[in-house]
Amino acid sequence: MLEIENLHAKVEGSEILHGIDLRINAGEVHAIMGPNGSGKSTLAKILAGREGYDVTAGKVLFEGQDLLAMTPEDRARAGVFLGFQYPVEIPGVSNMYFLKTALNEIRKYRGLPELDAMDFLVLAREKMKLVDMDEDLMNRAVNEGFSGGEIKRNEVFQMAVLEPRLAVLDETDSGLDIDALKTVARGINAMRRDDRAMLLITHYQRLLNHVVPDKVHVMIDGQVVRSGGKEFALELEEKGYGWLEETEKARA
Amino acid sequence: MSTAANPLHEITTAEYKYGFVTQIESDTVPRGLSEDVIRLISAKKNEPEFMLEWRLKAYRHWLTMEEPRWANVHYPPIDYQAISYYSAPKLKSRPKSIEEVDPELLATYEKLGIPLKEREILAGVAVDAVFDSISVATTFKDKLAELGIIFCSFSEAVQEHPDLVRKYLGTVVPYTDNFFAALNSAVFSDGSFCYIPRGVRCPMELSTYFRINAASTGQFERTLIVAEEGSYVSYLEGCTAPIRDENQLHAAVVELVALDNASIKYSTVQNWYPGDKEGKGGIYNFVTKRGKCQGVNSKISWTQVETGSAITWKYPSCLLMGDNSVGEFHSVALTNNYQQADTGTKMIHIGKNTRSTVVSKGISAGHGQNTYRGMVKILKGAEGARNFSRCDSLLLGDKCGAHTFPYIEVRNSTATMEHEASTSKIGEDQIFYCQQRGISAEAAVSMIVNGFCKEVFRELPMEFAVEAQKLLGVSLEGSVG
Repeated sequence: MLEIENLHAKVEGSEILHGIDLRINAGEVHAIMGPNGSGKSTLAKILAGREGYDVTAGKVLFEGQDLLAMTPEDRARAGVFLGFQYPVEIPGVSNMYFLKTALNEIRKYRGLPELDAMDFLVLAREKMKLVDMDEDLMNRAVNEGFSGGEIKRNEVFQMAVLEPRLAVLDETDSGLDIDALKTVARGINAMRRDDRAMLLITHYQRLLNHVVPDKVHVMIDGQVVRSGGKEFALELEEKGYGWLEETEKARA
Repeated sequence: MSTAANPLHEITTAEYKYGFVTQIESDTVPRGLSEDVIRLISAKKNEPEFMLEWRLKAYRHWLTMEEPRWANVHYPPIDYQAISYYSAPKLKSRPKSIEEVDPELLATYEKLGIPLKEREILAGVAVDAVFDSISVATTFKDKLAELGIIFCSFSEAVQEHPDLVRKYLGTVVPYTDNFFAALNSAVFSDGSFCYIPRGVRCPMELSTYFRINAASTGQFERTLIVAEEGSYVSYLEGCTAPIRDENQLHAAVVELVALDNASIKYSTVQNWYPGDKEGKGGIYNFVTKRGKCQGVNSKISWTQVETGSAITWKYPSCLLMGDNSVGEFHSVALTNNYQQADTGTKMIHIGKNTRSTVVSKGISAGHGQNTYRGMVKILKGAEGARNFSRCDSLLLGDKCGAHTFPYIEVRNSTATMEHEASTSKIGEDQIFYCQQRGISAEAAVSMIVNGFCKEVFRELPMEFAVEAQKLLGVSLEGSVG
């Protein structure tokens, strides 16, 4: 579903990604872990099409299409979803209206009829249950005055409504207490399907206790330095990233 | 990366879609202003003596005045002798019904989305169409007359209802008020007149559609609305003009009078030609609007959506004289490219327990400069007066500006005043967030701006709220890459 080959990227002139290779098949959940500043979030933003990043080499194929050639909105419409680390507020625009507009844009792109307000509401109510979201949040402005937990739950809720093919979740676990983490994890697990792939970006093992990945990659200094199965995450939790950084240096 | 470097960088490329010129023969007086020109205008309109005298007094007063320079707008000096003060499409005779109106004119309004033939017209909206200096058609007049409501052009009111005109003309905005009001009083050519009799709730929206067509002319219209005891009216005005390289002056005056328990809702969707991307051309919109809540429990509510004009200078205000009277001002002002707006309101609390609400939303894009200037004044006798003001500014890009000048003057210690203000920027993060959910950058800006203006749009009559939202979208078209 997603093939990243030798991806190099610069921000403001300095190279952040030094050749990333990653292949995610439909039905798989991958986790990328790594210390701060290793380029994990940069990778997520490049996949989603955020301005300000220069891809200097390499390519990204999404279901065979050249992802980097597409506009951000077309990527979303084609099925790429980014769960934001820091979702923004949009005052005066209700969550309901926002999400309905988004869903209908995506449906239009896929040649499906648009949903009217009633049908949308039925769908939204069903998906709200996945993350124990209060209906009240639907009528408030997008992320405005939401608590940290509500913001992250809202991201997972949006994912559930938009039903992406590929979900990239950037630190969806950060800032959550243990109960909220479980709720969010439950929502993510409910979204796992044979025809959907997920990429979880996280600092910590704890999310991976609840959402068990098929593969775990460690990114350090703009490169994937080691990949492994789900046990690998536990090993990392125990040993930290330090030893990998050491081996990296030794190899260099 | 494939897309443009910065989504907020590119400035608008939207075409002004009302910029066409109607080819119609006009009766235009030579450029320049003098007592003779005023006499000529008055004679053309066959006015009674009191009108001419009033005009001449206004003119003589205007000669003693200086053009105000305190507004936060910049433009080269206006040559008042280079303007033609009267231009009217040539009509064989004054049309008695819509069927007699020149088809060319009907087609013009059709093109503007204002059908004047009653069977095609928006249900529940009566329209007075003002073309350059004169009113060309008023719809639903007969139906309104059955209720005793007078809705006609100002010229007609001068002929048919001179006593009412004489009684109220200049009582809210005297000709001595300010430079542009004095000029308007001297040369105004037409406008709308509404009179709602006692206890009548006007069953439809009344609206005036102003169109400037002729070149090198100014439009000086005057609107007067009188709501008798216990009556209610909702009135809306819209405006457009052709695309021209030169600047054209529009100096209007609006006077509202609300008597005991009467309520007037006045909404404006102003879309005069704003000038091109380089700031060439466009209308100078220098307007004096004021309402007098003369009676107890009366209410005047102004709602404006200002998206057009090269320069806007207007402060729809309320004189809250009657005890318990209420004044409201809801405003959205958008400046894009090189547009400048200095707009706001004055709420003058005179009676007891008077209340006012001010909600101003300023949006600046491109090189636009947007100023809110508002005054809330609580006079000595205004026991228990209350005011709430809120001014929000939204910036798109980094070349525009937002300015806020609130003046508060309180002479009675029982007053309650609240003032809130905020300035925010549409961030690339907000746009990207929308894009990542499948919404295009352009639709995202429109959504964010409309969200910002929600409180004001809520105040507009339904059909116009939808129009206003579209208009904002169009006015911002191309403001993102």
